[in-house]
Amino acid sequence: MIIKTVDNVQEAVKGVKDGMTFMLGGFGLCGIPENAISELVRLNVKNLTCISNNAGVDDFGLGQLLHKKQIDKMVSSYVGENAIFEKQMLSGELDVELIPQGTLAARCQAAQQGFPAIYTPAGFGTEVAEGKETREFDGKMYVLEKAFKADFAFIKAWKGDKAGNLVFKGTARNFNPVMCGSATITVAEVEELVEPGELDPNHIHIPGILVQRIFQGKDYEKRIEQRTVRQKA
Amino acid sequence: MALDKNGIAQRIAKEVKDGYYVNLGIGIPTLVANFVRDDIQVEFQSENGILGMGPFPFEGEEDADLINAGKQTITALPGASFFDSAMSFGMIRGQHVDLTILGAMEVAENGDIANWKIPGKMVKGMGGAMDLVASAENIIVAMMHTNKAGESKLLKECSLPLTGVGCVTKIVTNLAVIEVTADGFKLLERAPGVSVDEIKNATEGKLIVEGDIPEMKL
Repeated sequence: MIIKTVDNVQEAVKGVKDGMTFMLGGFGLCGIPENAISELVRLNVKNLTCISNNAGVDDFGLGQLLHKKQIDKMVSSYVGENAIFEKQMLSGELDVELIPQGTLAARCQAAQQGFPAIYTPAGFGTEVAEGKETREFDGKMYVLEKAFKADFAFIKAWKGDKAGNLVFKGTARNFNPVMCGSATITVAEVEELVEPGELDPNHIHIPGILVQRIFQGKDYEKRIEQRTVRQKA
Repeated sequence: MALDKNGIAQRIAKEVKDGYYVNLGIGIPTLVANFVRDDIQVEFQSENGILGMGPFPFEGEEDADLINAGKQTITALPGASFFDSAMSFGMIRGQHVDLTILGAMEVAENGDIANWKIPGKMVKGMGGAMDLVASAENIIVAMMHTNKAGESKLLKECSLPLTGVGCVTKIVTNLAVIEVTADGFKLLERAPGVSVDEIKNATEGKLIVEGDIPEMKL
C-alpha cells in the first residue's frame, strides 16, 4: 500500500506557482474543491490558467480567484452565473476559451488515459471548430480535440482512504473523476478520510493510483445556487 | 390563442414516448417533465450526471450534492444512477439518449440552431448544448416564435453564432408545431385559435403549408 495523505491544505498545494495551469472539479458550486480554492486565494498565485466547467459565482468558488484577478485564462463550458467573469471577459481582461461541456470532459479523460487527442462531433460547423482539424467517419463530421495538459488537478470527493481511493456522492461527482490523474499532480480533498480497508474495493469510483495527495477537508460550506423546493401536499 | 410556456411544454410532452431516456434543457424544456403521462416509463437525464431525475425536494430536504444542469436542487427517483461527466456525455454522444429538448435563440430552415452567444453582449457559453445537438438524432426545440422585439426566430439562416448545424428535427413554439425538412419548415399544427397567416407572418424562413393544418391537441 502506498500512503498518499498530507496533513493539511498547505501541504496539499505545495509547489503551486504563478503561471501554472490548474484543473478544478465541480459543476456550478456542486463538488468544488473549496479548501484548495481558499488556499490558492490566500497564496495569491497569479497568471493562472484554470480548466473548470464553470467559474463559480461572484463571491464563491473560482469567483474568488477572479475577483483578485489571479486568473489570466479560463477554459470552461458555461459561465453565465458570474457577473465579474462576464465583465472581465467582455472587456478583454480575461482570456476565455469556451468549449462544449462534453469536449471538456473528454479532453480531461484523454489526458488521464493517455490519448493525445479525440474526435468529437460537438462543435462541428461552429466557431468552436475554427482552426481545428476535422475529419469524416462513416458520413459524419468530427473535430479533433487535444488532451489537456495541466500542472495540478484539484478535486473534491465525498470519502477517500489514505491510499487515495475515492468515492463521490450524488451529482457532486461530475468532473472530479475525469480530472484525477489528468494533471502532473492530483490533489484530492475529502469530507471523510478513512483508513485503508474501510472502503469496499467494489465501491471505489477512482483508484488511488490517479491521486498523488489526499487530505481531510474542513469547513465545507456547500453553497446551493438555486434552492428549488416543492410544498408537501 | 398563442400558448404560454406551460402550453408549449404540455404539447412537447406528447412527443415523449414509453421507454424514452430524455434530456431536458434549461427553461421551457424543464417544464416538460410536469406534463409527461404517468402511465409510461420515462427517465430524465441531466448532463451534470444523473439518470432518473425526480422532482424538486420538499423544503428542508435539499441536498447541495444533488442538483440538475440548471443548478437547481432535485431528487433522485428509485432506479436512478449517478455518473461522471465523461460517462454523461458518453451516453449522449453514443446516442443512448432518445430525445433532447432544448431552447434556442434562432433556428434556421435547414435545422441549424443558435443558442449560446450574442457577440459583444452576452456570452454565457454553450454548456452541454453543442454535444447534445451534434449527437442526438431526435432534437426538439422549445421556444417562442418571435423574440422580444417581435422578430421571427425561425429564419432562413441564423444570424448568431451556431450551436450546431442541420440538427433540429422539430420546433414547438407558442404558435405552432413545425417539422424541419429538407425543403424548409413544414407546418404540422397550429396553436388553438392561431391562423396559418399569423404563423406565416411570424416565420421568416420558408414555411411549407400543405392542406388543412389541424389545431394542437393538448
